Amino acid sequence: MSVAVQLGIIVVYLLVALAVGLLAYRVTKATAEDYYLASRSFGTLVLLFTTFATLLSAFTFFGGPNLAFSAGPEWLIVMGALDGVLFAVLWYVIGYKQWLVGRRNGYVTLGEMLGDRFGSPGLRGLVAGVSLIWLFPYVMLQQMGAGEALVGLSGGIVPYWAGAALITAFMILYVVLAGMRGVAWTDTIQGLFMLSIVWIAAVWVLAAVGGLGSATGAMVEARPDFGSFGGGVYTPGFIISSAITIAFGVTMFPQINQRFFVAENGEVLKRSFALWPVLVLLLFLPAFMIGAWAVGMPIDVPEGANVLPVVLNEYTPFWFAALVIAGAMAAMMSSSDSMLLSGSSYFTRDLYRPLINPEASASREAWLGRVGVAVFATLAFFASLLRPGTLIEVGDTAFSGFALLALPVICALYWDRTTRSGMIAGVAVPQVIYLALVLVPTLPRSFGGWDYALALMVLSAALTVGVSLLTSPTAESDASRFAVASD
Amino acid sequence: MKRSRRDLIWVPVFAVLVVFAVPWPLWGVDLVVAGLPIWIWWHIGWLGICSLLFWRFVTTGAWERGMGIDPAAEGGDRP
Repeated sequence: MSVAVQLGIIVVYLLVALAVGLLAYRVTKATAEDYYLASRSFGTLVLLFTTFATLLSAFTFFGGPNLAFSAGPEWLIVMGALDGVLFAVLWYVIGYKQWLVGRRNGYVTLGEMLGDRFGSPGLRGLVAGVSLIWLFPYVMLQQMGAGEALVGLSGGIVPYWAGAALITAFMILYVVLAGMRGVAWTDTIQGLFMLSIVWIAAVWVLAAVGGLGSATGAMVEARPDFGSFGGGVYTPGFIISSAITIAFGVTMFPQINQRFFVAENGEVLKRSFALWPVLVLLLFLPAFMIGAWAVGMPIDVPEGANVLPVVLNEYTPFWFAALVIAGAMAAMMSSSDSMLLSGSSYFTRDLYRPLINPEASASREAWLGRVGVAVFATLAFFASLLRPGTLIEVGDTAFSGFALLALPVICALYWDRTTRSGMIAGVAVPQVIYLALVLVPTLPRSFGGWDYALALMVLSAALTVGVSLLTSPTAESDASRFAVASD
Repeated sequence: MKRSRRDLIWVPVFAVLVVFAVPWPLWGVDLVVAGLPIWIWWHIGWLGICSLLFWRFVTTGAWERGMGIDPAAEGGDRP
């Protein structure tokens, strides 16, 4: 009975989101700029929450509390430092600059921006291709998260594959219909929903276990190491390399990077930037602390299960637990549909049109983009059935892959002397090495807690600068495309 | 507008904000204050400070000057 009600709540929630998408579909014009960027028209609330909801995925909502449960609440610090502060600074350094040049030159994707600056369809395709490679595991991560969420909620009655299939079908439908405007509108609703629901959950759980003091007291009693900062997996190397690779990686995620282009005006970006650290904290604090407090609770978390649904099923009414899972599904969807939408724009604009069929009509491009979404999501669904690692492991791999793009892009944005060869070397070489590290299981991924991706980031910057100095700019490149000075 | 030398102060300010969002001085400290480990309070307070200083950064015009733009010219499209 209660499982039926829980599933009912989740389905109703998905249908509400779909209705919003349909509404957006009715106002979306048939241009790429409108479909992918909603004609650069977002105000503060929508920009803030669409970025927020896009950023906060299964990785945050389940992976985060799981890690806090198994290794301690320090994960709050890692995520807060990187998402709340470092990402905000990069929001300015990369995001604002991209917004300025994007507005001036009408860019829709990162690859398009770089390809135009360096007069190189090859670079454009390379950046898009690399992005799509790393987008794949991250879409998978959302499907894994959804599958696990429904298993946890229903106590195993709904199988893993069914949850993953549900979210896959839903997000394909959604992206094909709604475009950026619909995605952002539902993101805003979902972001506000997640934020309120996670606080209500925290208050509810705390009331049930006797308040903040006794929750923390029981946590420290069960795991004395949770009370002290650092220790266990949280070495300085782990904290620093996670924070850097994730924060830089996030800026190069297609769905985040594309959001740098969509603000209506500079004021919107400024307000979002200043509100960002507090907003991030408001979500992470209750979500991760519930995970950490759970070690002191008399509950049994099965091997491989997510801790958050277990706690909620124990201490809150079943309908409320379903609402939170719906919120988490919402988080995954708002990440996934944004990813698929951006991925589709990367594929059609940066790969298909320039490299395969320059003559493609707008309607063919739009059709192809939507078919691409369906194929990509379906392939990721099948891969997610294999469950190749934990949520954190899969997420971390994707973040690092994207992080390797960040320093060459910053170089291109700020250093006029950057050349096409420098960019291609700085992007391609570290990617090849990192792919080898990921795909060949016998190679190590980290050394004493320090992720090798960090060294590869340094290599990417060194190659971009070094090769740029050794080569001269090609005739097609034009540094003035990235000039923003108003005088 | 020329980038003012005073704006350069934001470079170390941002660096400090990023570095000490992680409560390094409290490494290994296990004191619990008001129901939470003290290093979590540090983090909460720090992110609040970040928002305040970020607000200062955008309202003083350093945001535009950092990109070599005249804040007065950009202010024209203020909503």
